[in-house]
Amino acid sequence: MTEMVYGAAPRQEGDPILPRWWRTIDKWSISSILLLFAIGILLGLAASPPLAERNGLAPFHYVERQLVFGLAAFAVMFVTTMLGPQMLRRLAVIGFFLAFAALVMLPAFGTDFGKGAVRWFSFGFASVQPSEFLKPVFVITVAWLMAASQEIGGPPGKTMSLVLTLVVTAFLAMQPDFGQAALVMFAWGVMYFVGGAPYLLILAVAAVVVLGGMLAYENSEHFARRIDGFLNPEVDPTTQLGYATNAIREGGFFGVGVGEGQVKWSLPDAHTDFIIAVAAEEYGLVLVLLIIGLYATVVVRSLIRLVQERDPFIRLAGTGLAAMLGVQALINMGVAVRLLPAKGMTLPFVSYGGSSLIATGLAVGMLLAFTRTRPQGRIGDILTGGRAR
Amino acid sequence: MTRVPLRPLARVLDARAKGENPDRIERENLRKRHEDIRDRARLRAEGRLVVLAGLFFCAFLVVGVRMGAIAASEPAEPRAQAAGAQIAAARADIVDRRGRLLATNLVTHALYAQPPMMVEPERAARELVRIFPDLDEERLLGWFAGDRKFLWIKKKISPEQKQAVFDIGEPGLLFGPREMRLYPNGAIAAHILGGARFGREGVDAAEVIGVAGIEKAFDERLRDPARAGDPLRLTIDLTVQAAVERVLEGGMVMMNAKGATAVLMEARTGEVVALASLPDFDPNDRPRPLTEGDASNSPLFNRAVQGLYELGSTFKIFAVAQALEMGQVNPSTMIDTRGPLTWGKFRIRDFRDYGAQLSVTDVIVKSSNIGTARIAMDIGAERQRAFLAGLGFTEPTAVELVEAPGSKPLLPPNWSEISTMTISYGHGLSASPLHLATAYASLLNGGHKVSPTLVRGAPAARGPRVVSEETSAIARQMLRQVVTRGTASFGDVPGYAVGGKTGTADKPRLKGGGYYEDKVIATFASVFPAHDPRYVLVVTLDEPVETSGREPRRTAGWTAVPVAAEMIRRVAPLLGLKPEIEPLAPTGVTLTSN
Repeated sequence: MTEMVYGAAPRQEGDPILPRWWRTIDKWSISSILLLFAIGILLGLAASPPLAERNGLAPFHYVERQLVFGLAAFAVMFVTTMLGPQMLRRLAVIGFFLAFAALVMLPAFGTDFGKGAVRWFSFGFASVQPSEFLKPVFVITVAWLMAASQEIGGPPGKTMSLVLTLVVTAFLAMQPDFGQAALVMFAWGVMYFVGGAPYLLILAVAAVVVLGGMLAYENSEHFARRIDGFLNPEVDPTTQLGYATNAIREGGFFGVGVGEGQVKWSLPDAHTDFIIAVAAEEYGLVLVLLIIGLYATVVVRSLIRLVQERDPFIRLAGTGLAAMLGVQALINMGVAVRLLPAKGMTLPFVSYGGSSLIATGLAVGMLLAFTRTRPQGRIGDILTGGRAR
Repeated sequence: MTRVPLRPLARVLDARAKGENPDRIERENLRKRHEDIRDRARLRAEGRLVVLAGLFFCAFLVVGVRMGAIAASEPAEPRAQAAGAQIAAARADIVDRRGRLLATNLVTHALYAQPPMMVEPERAARELVRIFPDLDEERLLGWFAGDRKFLWIKKKISPEQKQAVFDIGEPGLLFGPREMRLYPNGAIAAHILGGARFGREGVDAAEVIGVAGIEKAFDERLRDPARAGDPLRLTIDLTVQAAVERVLEGGMVMMNAKGATAVLMEARTGEVVALASLPDFDPNDRPRPLTEGDASNSPLFNRAVQGLYELGSTFKIFAVAQALEMGQVNPSTMIDTRGPLTWGKFRIRDFRDYGAQLSVTDVIVKSSNIGTARIAMDIGAERQRAFLAGLGFTEPTAVELVEAPGSKPLLPPNWSEISTMTISYGHGLSASPLHLATAYASLLNGGHKVSPTLVRGAPAARGPRVVSEETSAIARQMLRQVVTRGTASFGDVPGYAVGGKTGTADKPRLKGGGYYEDKVIATFASVFPAHDPRYVLVVTLDEPVETSGREPRRTAGWTAVPVAAEMIRRVAPLLGLKPEIEPLAPTGVTLTSN
């Protein structure tokens, strides 16, 4: 009645955006990510001058680029964290179709940079790897499909997501980029697991993965060579792995000192795939453990926070993103310590890489958005006197 | 769990009766069911998320622990290994019979360059030439400026040179540690040891492989990493070897010989105690093999093993010993020595005329060619050949030098009667001084064949008998008389009862047939003490001339014998032999000779 008489009163919808963002965001995770990025810049100062020298650029050229791209990535990340789950879902599904189209067009317009796999679009000033952008939006799309399948009368989302995964995997394998393909498969598997996969099926999927690995070993020389290298207990010191192991050893607990490392001069991928070796050599085990701890903090905290989450879509999407981040870091570091076969995988946020940095920023922004504290209807539990009915 | 129907008829009817919309009941039920499903899914997901978080935590923990384990392990130099290309640099030492070092290893450095890493190639080249004057600055600069990424500059450098190169301060000049072979005694026993060179060379190590002598013959054994700490023990006695070489060198100079060789062998075992060949070389800095001319003129040529010479009258004892063994003669049998002995177109003469007849002993003592030839004629070609084969004259010696198998004695293509006669006094068959020493040892040690050896091992079993104990004793008696009253009178060394036989053979002409008039091989093959044969010594001089008299003298009695005597005088005490008074000649032998 009052409104009818006096017109609409200024409505206050909740809090102002930024204070609410600050209150609800996971401060531990975001601090860890900022710290990781700072470490990335620090290591870039150590690891990229040799590359710059090889390419005839100023010593810190790549560090400067990393800083610029890092700022862009942070902008993307902050904007993304502010979005609500629904908005995220809509944008991500659109983004998925765009990224997928880019992926499909790779064979026609992509470039391989002389590395034997067509994975990049080159735009002169920068190159973009569509699969990097595909990963986070793919996770959200799959989470959406799976969550929808839990609705009564919902679509057969799990089957659809599986088909989608297989198609994406096939396109990635065609490049060939088995690392990203495996990552995509893994993310789907984790989401399916959390989304309620029967244990029998999990076992079956594990079997399929093993079989697929064997098939790849038989049919792809590229793949077989790496596995053979891994199974061989003698690490050939002239390979990247040998250099990396030796660098970790040389570094010991406190490192050989800033700028004193040698491994960055021998390893062509010192600034990307083997940046952890550079870290270990120059700064020692201390910094390596810090890096591992930061990743563990982001991943484990995100997963634990998602335990509270009641919305299946948010839960699944968050799980997928956290798992992907964690696995990528684990594979990168696992290769350096020879726990895993040699597989080129960047260390998220720490490795050098322009477009990959922005894509990671996007993914982490989404993760942080999903792990924000939101009302979970616990009052209902209290009122009904129990969590389950 | 009972499932609530979405449209329970009772409630729908009830609602209709109250005029309410029954669809609301359905919606309410649907909502409840949906929440139910969500809650169950959530509970399940909660558990699985905790599991997942735990797994991730463990995985990160494993990576961290593994990092810690690697960081805590000892840093190792990265070794360049391309599938079995590991260079085993260890090489066992070589020691003499008393364990004194003959060959060992020394850590040194090789100098190499990596031109891409060079800062000031011009200065580096200039400084290098200052340190190593044998390098060529122009060529070095050419290499440094060229496309080569890697080049060896010096294989071995001394610590001082290394420091000097280091002081250039050029990052592109690098040092590769390696072990080099060192012969601490220089030229002593050079021909036995041979030498070594680098084989495959890496930056961190280099293979050392033997190129001659024992080093090559035992290359596998010396390079065996499992036996690197186990030195190879030779039968050589360093002190004796040094004394033998010293005396031989003095003798060679005094007798104006162009070469000389000596073999000192244990009579009963065939172990070579000293083996010298002059001119010699320093195995630490092996000269290059001659590319033209006669290989035997190179200092690398081992005259004792590789030199095949007609050894002259030293062979006479073999014919006599065989005749004694066959019972054909006894020491006092008179042999017709009227000369010249004509056989077809050949004429055999003696050095001087010894009259119509000589006893067998005197044939040896006075060294009568005619007498020996007559004895050999009675033996016959086939039996002579078999006897000499038994003494090892038809095969290369079994000594453990890589040069030995290639030195097969030169036998007459057709062992005719004239060959039989000439071989009996040491012409027409060429053998090495080591062959002669082995045969003397076999003949004089009591009659058991020995095989020459340079490596100390388990004592070999007694060889087959070549002559009887008595024949051996008689032969020694005869040789002793050669020294006491015959051609080798300069060979007497008081207290050591030297017995031996001289041999002076004209050298065959290099071109065309026939012999030089003024070039001889003078040999003295001896045994001491004659009554208790312990050692056999063969001294051979190549083209000696003794010029103290009015006319040059070339016979072994004037050349090889004094050298051998001096050698025995020096070496016998080193070998632990006491000078002793010679027992009287065995009565049995004395009786028959009267």
